[in-house]
Amino acid sequence: MLFVSSRKGSTGIMRNFRLLFLFVLYCVVTFSASAQLDTTKVYALAEVQFSPKRQLKEMVPFQTMDAGVIERLSCQSVADAVRYFSGVQIKDYGGVGGIKTINIRSMGTNQMGVFYDGIQLGNAQNGQIDLGRFSTENMESIDLYNGQRGSVLQSAKDYGSAGTIYLNTRKPVFNDSINYHLRATMKAGSFGLANPSILWEQKLSDKVTLSASAEYTYANGKYKFRYKKVKNDGTTAYDTTAIRENADINALRTELSLFGKLKEGEWKAQLYNYYSERGIPGYIARNLYFHKQRQWDDNFFVQTHYKQTFWKKYSILVNAKYAYDYTRYLNPDTTLQYIDDTYKQQEAYLSMANSVNIFPFWDVSLSADYQFNSLDATLRDFAYPTRHTGLVALATAFKFPNIKLQASVLGTFVHENVKRSIAASDIAVFTPTAIVSVRPWRTIPFDIRAFYKRIFRMPTFNDLYYTFVGNSMLEPEYVTQYDLGLSYHYHDGKHIFSDFGIQLDVYDNQVENKIVAIPSSNPFRWQMKNYGQVRINGIDVSMDFGLQWCCYWNLDLRLAYSYQESKDLSYVADSPYYGGQMPYTPWNSGSAVLNLAYKTIGLNYSFIYTGERYSSSANIPANYIQPWYTHDIALSYAFKIKSVKCTASAEVNNLFNQQYEVISGYPMPGTNFKIILKVAL
Amino acid sequence: MKTINFYVFVFICLLFVSCRNIEPTPPMVKQPINGFYLLNEGTWGSNNASLDMYDYETNEYTQNVFPSINPEVILGLGDVGNDLQIYGSKMYAVINASNIVEVMDAATAKHIAQIEIPNCRKITFYQGKAYVSSYAGVVLEDNTQLGYVAEIDTSTFLVNRTISVGYQPEGMAAVDGKLYVANSGGYLYPVYDNKLSIIDIETFTEISCVEVAVNMQTMQADSHGNILIVSWGNYNDVQSDLILFDTKSASVKKRFNIRAGSMCIVGDSAYVGNYDYLTNQSSYTLVNLASEELVPGSFISEGYESIVLRSIAVNPDNHDIFLMDAADYVSPGSVYCFSSEGEFKWRKIAGNTPGYIAFKKKTQL
Repeated sequence: MLFVSSRKGSTGIMRNFRLLFLFVLYCVVTFSASAQLDTTKVYALAEVQFSPKRQLKEMVPFQTMDAGVIERLSCQSVADAVRYFSGVQIKDYGGVGGIKTINIRSMGTNQMGVFYDGIQLGNAQNGQIDLGRFSTENMESIDLYNGQRGSVLQSAKDYGSAGTIYLNTRKPVFNDSINYHLRATMKAGSFGLANPSILWEQKLSDKVTLSASAEYTYANGKYKFRYKKVKNDGTTAYDTTAIRENADINALRTELSLFGKLKEGEWKAQLYNYYSERGIPGYIARNLYFHKQRQWDDNFFVQTHYKQTFWKKYSILVNAKYAYDYTRYLNPDTTLQYIDDTYKQQEAYLSMANSVNIFPFWDVSLSADYQFNSLDATLRDFAYPTRHTGLVALATAFKFPNIKLQASVLGTFVHENVKRSIAASDIAVFTPTAIVSVRPWRTIPFDIRAFYKRIFRMPTFNDLYYTFVGNSMLEPEYVTQYDLGLSYHYHDGKHIFSDFGIQLDVYDNQVENKIVAIPSSNPFRWQMKNYGQVRINGIDVSMDFGLQWCCYWNLDLRLAYSYQESKDLSYVADSPYYGGQMPYTPWNSGSAVLNLAYKTIGLNYSFIYTGERYSSSANIPANYIQPWYTHDIALSYAFKIKSVKCTASAEVNNLFNQQYEVISGYPMPGTNFKIILKVAL
Repeated sequence: MKTINFYVFVFICLLFVSCRNIEPTPPMVKQPINGFYLLNEGTWGSNNASLDMYDYETNEYTQNVFPSINPEVILGLGDVGNDLQIYGSKMYAVINASNIVEVMDAATAKHIAQIEIPNCRKITFYQGKAYVSSYAGVVLEDNTQLGYVAEIDTSTFLVNRTISVGYQPEGMAAVDGKLYVANSGGYLYPVYDNKLSIIDIETFTEISCVEVAVNMQTMQADSHGNILIVSWGNYNDVQSDLILFDTKSASVKKRFNIRAGSMCIVGDSAYVGNYDYLTNQSSYTLVNLASEELVPGSFISEGYESIVLRSIAVNPDNHDIFLMDAADYVSPGSVYCFSSEGEFKWRKIAGNTPGYIAFKKKTQL
């Protein structure tokens, strides 16, 4: 909302602005995955849910969810699942098809890197990844890192974001006797949801396996929402219920992957396509309950991955990708300006990473990436930008029994061309990271860790070249992060209290040269400028508990809590709004997930709380937004019919029908339900 | 004796002659202005247009009075306030993105009715009727869209007639049975539109269309049969300007060649202001409408050039000058009050993008 001018006069600008606004909301790229409950592993459920080994290895704040957890959380998409991590804000515009973007520790969604099977999902146009497009069907795990992942062998891109999310899809695993898996899932429920999917995994040879999946999503997107206002004396001022319209979605995801095993290595090739058509329900205002805008998207990519270790010392990782993204946005509503615009993006990416294990305690790695991006748009006087990005990362890691150290430096080189107007100037910047993790007692998995990282994000094509609003003089937006924290994990499969983990971090982040839209040559011409400055301080806490008893019973509890102060320092120092809390950033937020399992029956309860916040960094009563919280409950039962494994589950979300908005003007659904049936061969 | 009778006779005839030229107006008891309402535009998409109120007697400025006076109006005043005027006993707020004109009682701001006009922009009045400009007219084959003007009966609030005009009409003025409409062409970046539509009110048909200036926004009639028009230019090579249009000859009388963003006419003075985004400075120029000349100097005393001037209003009684400061368009703006000599009197915090002031009287007719 901050981008949008208050006046609609001279709407050449407004039209482009509205488009900018809407494109900031609706981004391209999708992804989908699924999880499976394997009933033969019931006794080992605790280990499936909670991977202490992964936690122990990580040097930076790290949170993860594996397939089991994701499946039980009653999530339609990755965006729903990610809400349960601490330190995360999701901007959710509501509904099955509504856009959902992630923001870690208030650094801004453009500073986040989202990786799909190890390769970054790109969107040079507006820099935003809509996590609502990635279903949880095929997902093996979702990993969240603050700072950067501390892997020794990773592409230069892995160093290039302030925070990263890795979406890892399911990898086929075959026992000796079986050489294929077939799975079909059907989900149906509120919003007119019909969501069938199939997955086929085939062992082609000892070394090669194939995975193919397709998923279709249809929803009419309708749900009731209610606006009620009470007068000071307690009587009702108004109480109105309406239905969310033009929120339908029709989407098809298809994926084909080949996996290969090598001596001390692996390779993978995958094809992915996501096509969708959706209505854009828009915001609710007085006398405005229905919008008519529509959007079509097609996201396609082909990516390959190769990794191998030689002589146990030298490792190489090669990634390559080509992506094509198409978006068409239509406004047929004659109340507003007619718009029918098409955008086409292309991306080509190649990365090579090398690491050498010089001594058992010392690794050095060097990675180099190249990426090409282009954007075609039917906008008037469009610049048709192309961008060449080169990334080089040099990293070194020391691993001693009590202390681990990592230092890396990333060099980023960018050159752009445009067909019209002026291109942004070339960039050559080096940014460092330092991570340290100390384990005071070798035998106790208790770590104290800290990291420092400085990174930036490039202005997007929209920021630079969007007709009339773009500003090719923009500089990158920088983030400096300091983090200090501790983590402790305990696992003992033999006792009732089998797992405990806690992670606590305090952090201080600064965002400089934040790219925001402000009025420039006149009130209707808003332009992107490096105007903003934000100072963020906070605490993130996450805890896990695991209990098991009487052979068949398991209890799993995950808690997350964040406290955050995110101050907008872009005002002049004597303004009353200087230091106001950034828009939509709550001071307090948290979540709880409780799962109880007995043999193959599971009961899951989840709770999310988002505290009070303001819709603007001018923290005045007019902009105050109440806290919201939702309770979700799900029941599942796994059984076998002959050799076919089946799972049936039912979920009820927002159990107490809280009427709330994540973003003002975009009401969220009240109580809703879903039924899921899975069969697997 | 005969000479005196003759002159008396002539005098009486002149009286009748002058009587015939006097337009019939309802008898008005002149009430003093006791305050004003201010309409804050709000941010598009945030449903936060708001109405503030100022009382001269108590010097109290109250923000956002609409929800407490009209709690039963669902979702408040609405999204994007675009114009505010008082006519007779009623107050009209044009709420652009909510596609309505909100009608209130001028003395109490109590809700009376809402008139549905899609993409409504500005309002003006003439002989008991209200005229509202709207962007949402006929869509042509090339997907461009003409605007229209709706004529509304101010007692029934029904739309009587409509007339198609040019592209994206904005401000209007009614003079002598004719309605003048500025066609801004705001959707047609970078070309815009430059035509003034002249409509005969009785037949409600377009008489003619005159090329005046690019991207005209607001206009106001003076007491000499002229209309003063503000044009915002094309934000590029064509700069903003102030134009005097002669309704009798239906042609441009004078182009002042000054930067103009907003203006207000009281008596024979036009108060013209402009905020320059490159220098971040506002300028305040007075125009003498009798001599049709710019008055040198600034009508606001020094030290207030950094106000992000959104709009100007002048109290017709005591000539107090009000400047509306938009600040950064997302956090609350302010309204400044200056004396008729341009001396600072007070400043109050308003809502998001204060835009329009309507002066209220103790009792309205």
